[in-house]
Amino acid sequence: MKIYADNAATTKMSRTAIDAMLPYMEEIYGNPSSLHSVGQRANEALVSARERMAACLGCEPREIIFTSGGSEADNHAITSAARIGEKQGKKHIISTAFEHHAVLHTLNRLEKEGFEITLLDVHENGLITAKEVSDAIRPDTCLVTVMYANNEIGTIQPIGEIGAVCREKGVLFHTDAVQAVGHLHIDVKAQNIDMLSLSAHKFHGPKGIGALYAKRGVRLTNLIEGGAQEQGRRAGTENIPAIMGMAAALEEACAHMDANAKTVSALRDRLIAGLSEIPHSVLNGDAAHRLPGNVNFCFEGIEGESLLLLLDDKGVYASSGSACTSGSLDPSHVLLAIGRPHEIAHGSLRLTLSEETTAEEVDYMIRAVGDVVGYLRSMSPVWRDLVSGKNQFVTK
Amino acid sequence: MALYSDKVMDHFRNPRNVGVIEDADGVGEVGNAKCGDIMKIYLKIDNDTISDVKFETFGCGSAIASSSMATEMIKGKPVSEAMELTNRAVAEALDGLPAHKMHCSVLAEEAIKAALKDYYDKNGIEYDHTKFPDCASCGHCDL
Repeated sequence: MKIYADNAATTKMSRTAIDAMLPYMEEIYGNPSSLHSVGQRANEALVSARERMAACLGCEPREIIFTSGGSEADNHAITSAARIGEKQGKKHIISTAFEHHAVLHTLNRLEKEGFEITLLDVHENGLITAKEVSDAIRPDTCLVTVMYANNEIGTIQPIGEIGAVCREKGVLFHTDAVQAVGHLHIDVKAQNIDMLSLSAHKFHGPKGIGALYAKRGVRLTNLIEGGAQEQGRRAGTENIPAIMGMAAALEEACAHMDANAKTVSALRDRLIAGLSEIPHSVLNGDAAHRLPGNVNFCFEGIEGESLLLLLDDKGVYASSGSACTSGSLDPSHVLLAIGRPHEIAHGSLRLTLSEETTAEEVDYMIRAVGDVVGYLRSMSPVWRDLVSGKNQFVTK
Repeated sequence: MALYSDKVMDHFRNPRNVGVIEDADGVGEVGNAKCGDIMKIYLKIDNDTISDVKFETFGCGSAIASSSMATEMIKGKPVSEAMELTNRAVAEALDGLPAHKMHCSVLAEEAIKAALKDYYDKNGIEYDHTKFPDCASCGHCDL
């Protein structure tokens, strides 16, 4: 059995998305800036894709800027907000401790430039409240950036409430919605979102393409200078095939969102229930406010990379927040942010499902994970010391 | 996965000498759970020869493979020869390790040395202390 359970890393492209791309490689390959027919047909496609994307997010087409992906959109949004703030003498930014590195590293750069960054504690359940955001806002706050849903532990923040607080206090609000778009209902106007980042390959679209929604009136700072594409806000010839694939994938995801969420979250809960049976394991992130496909556990006494390699042998493709899988010494900053000790965080496993996952696959994964965890514990000196009582278990 | 050589994957999937020796003559444990790897080596020594060796490891694929390979390399060997085992030799026997995984072979060498030191200490045997660098000298876990 081969089970792809790493949909938070990337998804398989849908047939719809592939079919939407092919004509723009084979026939309508023109540059949308060209005046001839093949260029103008490409431009018509671009206009239509922008309109369809906007309809899915509840914004105006001109508020969508196509980017190379989520990381670029995050960089673009945060850098722009910082430049706006700087002009007004406002150099304070609020975010959370477990953002994606596209956000955190951009904030680190701004901090070196003299910005003050407040990272809100995300608590053990991986959630913040609108009140915590409100309490952190100061007269010199120029931006609040909070991820819609966490990429590792899947927790969903109260974005609408945070948006309302930011609007009331007149502070720009950006959300990295890379994990949420195509999976959760988003209405940028109703939720008072000023800027939002998304990435196509997280909802069965192609890689290397994403978008930034920026509310009318939010002045963007160019990251890439050049031609007048994207209303002069992002230079470079548009990747029309990828844009068409993204628009088609997003429309498809939005059309089936409720049905998908229902099926996938039922599978998720079945998987969580099954893995909870493994002794001394703990679910990471709130069980209720959670992406439909996200399951993330820590197992005491084992290390995540060896877990992944053995699961791979059993045909299960998963990921982990262990240091050995990241190439650094520290385990996932997300797991540390929710208070997991280092030794526990090394033994983490993320399984992220899609609407293609079956109940049979879920049951297979429950058995496979149980077997592999048991096997690795049988050779682990850490586990021996826990069982013998020399060291204390952290989890139940 | 292409991260590791076939040799590493073989020793990871089918580790040799996993387990515990209850009446071990020397036991060595190195590493730190905080860093994500701990190795424990158990030695049985008869007539200055390693008659049996077992290991337990908490760690990544290359940590388990390094433990397995290192135990194979000293099993049945005179203690003096086991003392000379280097991390480089372990890594070479595994057909190489990725650069950021070399510390796993260092842990294997140190775990064996720690077990030998334990054996010497228990039996009042004199030894050259400079041949036993402590774990901290590796610098991998800067805690």
